[in-house]
Amino acid sequence: MPMNMKRALGAISATALAALWSVPAAAAWTLNLREGVTELSREIYGLHMLILWVCVVIAVAVFSVMIYSIATFRKSKGAVPATFEHNTRAEIIWTVIPVVILVAMAVPAARTLVKIEDTRGADMTIKATGYQWKWQYNYIDEDVSYFSTLAQASNEARQVNAGIDVHSVDNYLLEVDNPLVVPVNKKVRMLVTAADVIHNWWVPDFGMKKDAIPGYINELWFRADKVGTYRGQCAELCGRDHGFMPVVVRVVEQAEYDSWLASQKAARQAAAAPAAQTAAVTTTNALETTTVLVANAE
Amino acid sequence: MSASQTHGHAAAHDHHDEHGPAKGILRWLTTTNHKDIGTLYLVFSLIMFFVGGTMALVIRAELFMPGMQLVDPQFFNTMTTVHALIMVFGAVMPATVGLANWMIPLQIGAPDMALPRMNNFSFWLLVAAFSLLILSLFMPGGGPAAGWTLYPPLVLQTGDAFPLAIFAIHLAGASSIMGAINIIVTIMNLRAPGMTLLKMPMFTWTWLITAYLLIAVMPVFAGAVTMLLTDHFFHTTFFAAAGGGDPVLYQHIFWFFGHPEVYIMILPAFGIVSEIIPTFSRKKLFGYDAMVYATASIGFLSFIVWAHHMFTVGMPLAGQMFFMLSTMLIAVPTGVKVFNWTATMWKGSLTFEPPMLFALAFLFLFTIGGFSGLMMAIAPVDFQYHDTYFIVAHFHYVLVPGAVFAIMAAVYYWLPKWTGHLYDIKLANWHFWLSAIFVNLLFFPQHFLGLAGMPRRIPDYSTQFADWNMVSSIGAFGFGLSQLLFPYIVVKCVRGGARASDHVWEGAYNHGLEWTVPSPAPYHTFEVAPVVK
Ligand SMILES: [Cu+2]
Repeated sequence: MPMNMKRALGAISATALAALWSVPAAAAWTLNLREGVTELSREIYGLHMLILWVCVVIAVAVFSVMIYSIATFRKSKGAVPATFEHNTRAEIIWTVIPVVILVAMAVPAARTLVKIEDTRGADMTIKATGYQWKWQYNYIDEDVSYFSTLAQASNEARQVNAGIDVHSVDNYLLEVDNPLVVPVNKKVRMLVTAADVIHNWWVPDFGMKKDAIPGYINELWFRADKVGTYRGQCAELCGRDHGFMPVVVRVVEQAEYDSWLASQKAARQAAAAPAAQTAAVTTTNALETTTVLVANAE
Repeated sequence: MSASQTHGHAAAHDHHDEHGPAKGILRWLTTTNHKDIGTLYLVFSLIMFFVGGTMALVIRAELFMPGMQLVDPQFFNTMTTVHALIMVFGAVMPATVGLANWMIPLQIGAPDMALPRMNNFSFWLLVAAFSLLILSLFMPGGGPAAGWTLYPPLVLQTGDAFPLAIFAIHLAGASSIMGAINIIVTIMNLRAPGMTLLKMPMFTWTWLITAYLLIAVMPVFAGAVTMLLTDHFFHTTFFAAAGGGDPVLYQHIFWFFGHPEVYIMILPAFGIVSEIIPTFSRKKLFGYDAMVYATASIGFLSFIVWAHHMFTVGMPLAGQMFFMLSTMLIAVPTGVKVFNWTATMWKGSLTFEPPMLFALAFLFLFTIGGFSGLMMAIAPVDFQYHDTYFIVAHFHYVLVPGAVFAIMAAVYYWLPKWTGHLYDIKLANWHFWLSAIFVNLLFFPQHFLGLAGMPRRIPDYSTQFADWNMVSSIGAFGFGLSQLLFPYIVVKCVRGGARASDHVWEGAYNHGLEWTVPSPAPYHTFEVAPVVK
């Protein structure tokens, strides 16, 4: 039996190695959280590293004692069991020390939490509404609104047995037709809600994730300080295509944002003229949706 | 020796035989014997472990590579949902109930469970529950696919599977409540003279606290799913904002049940490990009283931390603060347990039979799950971890090398007592090492995936997540296949093997009354209560 098992194990590990070898060189083997591009995301990253190191230090200490015990107090080495059953001083110490560490952790965590919840003084507000399975973005005060859906190339490649090599698709599953566009270095307040089931709006580089709940308007804010495209995904199971409603945000210079906004408004007006009838209906619907939404108690 | 004495002995023997097991299948259908019912629970849970495990392999096979190769996304969601429901309510919980049935009467010197007929009923209800749940997979519209948490409004989109799944949960819940009542009544009333509460073995203690948790939260869950049912069929709007209801209310109710539920699965595991480590360290459990109080504190705290599962729903700042701090507090009694187990080994005389190996793996790997739990308690950072593979890694670390390894350890610990045979230690060692290696290959990379930004419950992923997913899937298949050794070892042991002595393990003699009865444990034990000094 062991001989057979060794052979089987060998076969399994050979297959495993071969499979790993075939992973494209582009694969990242990412290990850790990203620092991100906002003050909040960097603070969160700092907290994450702090708690991680606290855990690593405690783990090294505790695991060393365990490993030492396992290695030393062996019957095969003639160890004779001691008879002690408790030690009040040790027990007090290993109750008090964790309490102290936890309090030390709680203070910076609470400070960051307060900052996260402070959405005052925003430069602009955008409403994100989750649908099965896309996002709608409303630039409040700007009369700009559009849907953001999984990009065509990804959508074709992700069908069962599509026969398309997903590695050939740029940003597979993390690309949309119309990304959210925001200016750099501006405090953007997002109002997050949903029209059907619960979704979740998440961009890892902003450090922010908030449930989009029908009937609720949740808030989050970010101030991206680096121009670029940042990708995230819906992070609450929302049905069949939950895996296929990415969030893509383009952070651009103020000037580029202004011209983008102007072109959006122009396009909207051009579309509105011949189809005034349809537009009127859409607006009414949008208004009705808004009145149904109950503002989240703040 | 006089004739009358011989006669008397024979009569007593005949009398005894009348109470032996019925023959054939009827024995198992009608049994009220705690050992038979314990066996039924354990066999049932093992079957469910393989059913749920197969579903996990479907998930890991689809996630082996980016791109959709095998299943429809809706079916993928069904697999994640039903895998979880089966593993939680069909595998882990019944396994610990089975161990409780077998071991609590033996540990406290009781002749049987206090309510034997209800005991039979609660087992067969469970079979009915899971027949319904599995039947729901074949309903028009597919099986339940809204996640095991059954969040509305999504869960209300379920097809004909919906009422079946809800009814299955009702039945499983009723079964759990009856099981819990039985355990509490047994422990409170049938302890042998002299067995005071603070002399009870730790496994019995942890189950007593678990049973109270069950009674407290299962009705809450039943209420929540009943409200889902009326929202679906009778036009109530408990959880529908359009009708003045609140979808977040469901989450609060669910997690008021769901968090204690986590401890319902892990406290008996704590008890098991607290039995095994002293035995194979040949030393008394370090800080017995502290262990009891730590278990009770964990039980209490489990009721006031539920919303840490919901940091992203948009709770007020004060709420987030409260749940962050209360959750961090759990690290204190949990730490006490880990330190006490370590101190039990300190200056002991250790040997490494299979139960001890599994218990040691529990000690290391559950602790890793505890660390990631502490990390997620930090609310601001949880905004990054929430609903990613980081949480998947976390709860699988506490449930697989945590609860499941402890259950395996318990079976390897008490199996010789049940069957009277020693099992194939060499094969059990193989089972251990393969499990321990593959479980880490399976779940450790999921920490990296979560931190890199991969959400949970997605059937396909961006190519940047390809590498660790492949490693994780290889681990999954290795782990799944290694588990086939387990039933083989158990069946082989039931059929025969070297005779086990009454105390089985060298270090077991002073750890509980179960080692004072013969191996195999006779069908009826402690008909006359033993006296505990
Ligand atoms: Cu979604």
